[in-house]
Parts: sequence; C-alpha cells; structure tokens
Amino acid sequence: MTVEALMKQLFPAGHAVQIQGDILTGSAMTPKGTIAVMGTANHLAVGVETALALADFVLKVVREWPGRPILMLVDTQGQRLSKRDELLGINGYLAHLVKCLEMARLRGHRLLSLVYGEAVSGGFLSFGLMADEIHALPDAKVRVMNLPAMARITKLPLAMLEELSSASPSFAPGVENFLQLGGVCSIWSDMLSEQLANALGRQAAGDQRRQQGLQRLGRKLAHQVSQSVTACGPGDG
Amino acid sequence: MSDLSGRHRGHSYYEANARGRITHLLDAGSFREILGPTERLTSPHLELLGLPCAFDDGIVVGHGRIDGRQVLIASQEGGFMGGAVGEVHGAKLTGLLELAVQERPAAVLLLLESGGVRLHEANAGLIAISEIIRALLAARAAGIPVIGLIGGVYGCFGGMGIVARCCDSLIINEEGRLGLSGPDVIETTMGVEEFDAADRALVWRTVGGKHRLLLGEVQRLVEDDIAAFRSAALETLEQPIQDLSLEALEAEHQALSARLTDYGSCQDATEIWSQLGLHDPLQLPLLDIQSFLKATCKIGREGA
Repeated sequence: MTVEALMKQLFPAGHAVQIQGDILTGSAMTPKGTIAVMGTANHLAVGVETALALADFVLKVVREWPGRPILMLVDTQGQRLSKRDELLGINGYLAHLVKCLEMARLRGHRLLSLVYGEAVSGGFLSFGLMADEIHALPDAKVRVMNLPAMARITKLPLAMLEELSSASPSFAPGVENFLQLGGVCSIWSDMLSEQLANALGRQAAGDQRRQQGLQRLGRKLAHQVSQSVTACGPGDG
Repeated sequence: MSDLSGRHRGHSYYEANARGRITHLLDAGSFREILGPTERLTSPHLELLGLPCAFDDGIVVGHGRIDGRQVLIASQEGGFMGGAVGEVHGAKLTGLLELAVQERPAAVLLLLESGGVRLHEANAGLIAISEIIRALLAARAAGIPVIGLIGGVYGCFGGMGIVARCCDSLIINEEGRLGLSGPDVIETTMGVEEFDAADRALVWRTVGGKHRLLLGEVQRLVEDDIAAFRSAALETLEQPIQDLSLEALEAEHQALSARLTDYGSCQDATEIWSQLGLHDPLQLPLLDIQSFLKATCKIGREGA
C-alpha cells in the first residue's frame, strides 16, 4: 500500500503529514484528538540525516505539544550501509533518535508504530521498535535477513532452514513470525482508523513483548530467563 | 577497599575472555554470577540447527563490587559466535538491567563485545536487542548510571552499537571498534570500492577507539589494560549522572547536527582530524595512547 493510500484509510478526518525525501512528519486528526505522525516511505534506508530529521521532529513535538501521541509509520529497508555514515558515527545518530523517543515516552507521550512496508534491522530498531505497541499490516515485510542470505552466512543448507522455518518463527522473515515472537503486537487487516483509535485509547503498559512471545509460543525462554535474573537478589547470586 | 591504581596491571583487555575481564575489573573475589554455566541455559534455536551451544549463551551477568561499590555487570563473550545476541543471551542482559531498577547499584557495567543480532536466530535476536534498549533506558531513567566498556576482538557493532550509545558513558581502548554496520558487511553488500574491509588501517581510523574519542562518540580512551579500564570506570562513577531530559537531548541534537554540517562531506577520518585543527593527522594512528591524548587534549569533546 502506498503511504498516501494508507493515510487516507488511517485518518478519514484528515491529516497534515508532509513527505520530504521519503521522511514523513506532521499531524493527523483522530477520534481521540490530534496526533503527531512520523516515519519513512519507499523503503528508505535510515542514515544519519534521516535519524536526525526524525529526532528533530520528536523534540519539536515534545516542546510544542506536550503529551501528544506519536504514531510511527514504518517502511525501511534497514540502516544505510556506507563508509561515510560509519565515519560520522551512525550508531550514535540512531541511538539519539531512540533516546528522544524514550524521553517522549517518559514525558507521557504515547508511542505507537504501524509497519506498512518493510521493517528491517537497524532502521526498525531506531524508531518503530521503540513504540509501546507495534502493529503491522498483513502484507508488511518484517525481517533481519532472508533465508538465502542466512544460509550463505551461517553456512547451513537452505533446504534445512526452509524446513525448520515451518517449525520455528525465529528464522524466516514475515509478519506472522514476528507476531508469534511478540515483536509485533497485532496485525491490522481492516478498519485501520478504528484500530488506531482503539490503540490510542489503551494505556502504555511497559514492554510486553516477552510475555506475548511466551503466550504465543514463539519465544518460550525470553520471559522466564529475564525473570530468573531479576529474581536474583544480592544474596542469591 | 581496593586501590584506585588497579590491582592487576598487565592484563590485556583485548585478549581476555568475558570472565577474565570481569575477574580483573572487579574487586577480588566479589563477583557472583547469575544463571551461570551450571544452569546449562542454552539457545533452543542453535540446538534446532544442530550447532554447538554455550552453557551461558555467550554472556556472563552478575553482582560484584568495584572499589567497594556494588555494581551489576554483564560481559559478552566474543569467542562464542562473536558475542552475537540471541533470545537467551538478550534476555539475560535485559533481566540484569531490570534488576538494576530494583536493586539500585552504583552502576551497571556493560562489557560489550558483539556483532549484533545472532543471525542463526535473527528474528528473536532483533526483538531481544530492542528489549535491551528499552530496559537500559528505563534503568537510566531510574537514575542508575550505565557504563559501557569496549575493547574486544570483535568490536561492538550492529544493534549493540546502538545499545552502546544509549549508555551514559563509554570507555574504549585503541583496539576497540564501535559502529553500526561492520566493514565486512558493508564490503559484502556495497562492494569493496565502498569499504575495503581488508585495509586494516582504514578500518581502525574509521571505527577505532581514537576516532571515536575525537568525534565525541566515546568519553574515555585507555591503554589496552584491564586495570586502565577499571580506573576509567571509577573515574566515570565520580561524574554526575547523564539524564535523559529534553534539555540534554537538545544539546546532543545540536552536537550531532554540527558534526554533520562540519564533517558531512569528509571522505576519511584524517580529513576530520585535520579540520579539528590537529597537526599531522596522518601520524595520529601511530601514536601511543599517552602521546595521542596529549596531542589531542585541546579538542573539545562532545559529552565528555
């Protein structure tokens, strides 16, 4: 779905979202009031400029519209791969965006994400994955790497990985797999504006992804392991 | 109480493994591991792939003391799959950061050595890194300083490069490398013309400790000696906590914007060093740490 078509469905009451160089920023009307909208389009690779532009927008929202919910529309092929970005410290720029979003959350801004295109690795980590709730369209493409590339790097036979992918959601790309792992909260198949209004109506409840991964039997250990660690007082190490 | 000068001078951080680093960094005998190897907590995904597992899944976490102060500590083992983050590995680190909020130690020390997401369980690994980021920032928001140490063979890359820059403060040695996409990943994907990963000098001056210090991406550059990391960690503990306020992030925003304006068109680290006003930038990679710090002490370091 194009981002224009998506926003038409998401915001029937209208929006003022600008698209500049595949970066989205602006606001939209919803039944729950005006929200801030930010994100990427056309599978944009997140480089230093993108991270800085998105962070700039988050800081502006916090300054000018305290408490306004922020919806992140995600379509990124990942981080930009270049020597120049590394030279400038791209990980510091992505971390800056991450910290700005956390600061917004701490100051009471609700953070929601909707993956409508691709959501890959570092690009996804730097904004979409920071939300209180991460949702996706059914045809969204969420991944770290495809199976042929994984086969090449891990030196495991592709046929074996394909077979195992039907048994475990950890290997192959796909929104259903991320749903099962708890990395995606739910899939929005239709009635997008209603889904958005419902999500805006819920309260943030901390990072629920490990519990969801366990309930959906996608990540059976993460929740238990982190709980075992937090249960270790100074005397029980 | 232990001495500030460090009790084990002469242990290379670069060459030590995850447990060796902890042993020499903390006060003698103070480390108590959580979910140690006797628990045999291994990755179910690696098992499914028929690959060797580690009984600690490549990360050691626990309680300890540094100069008498209670800390929580995590140490990634580069020797096991390059310190890459899988489901169990990530959950141990997330749990430790959540424990920090309950226990309120003097600091959390993160000994980072990782290529990022473990590709053998890629989806779970990516979500795990996002959970680490949220738990780390929650610990900071609760007023617990999180200090990162970097200096192992595998460097600190991928999502863990983002995690590193979410810490309050970073300590690195000259051998330490910090970035997002590793040089070999860029070469494989974009071609050798973009980044020649075999050119070691190029790699080190682009992502190595010295450049990271000059850029303001890390706060302290130390000799490759665990005792030097210990002294730097103690120094960092004396500093005021870096908060996650709007003002602090606006200041960071300005610094990062200025960096992009000033150096955005530079093709090589030596151009940046030259613009910083440093004499003879080509010689900087050759200097030992003390001479390097002396030669560059006039540079105003961001966030230092």
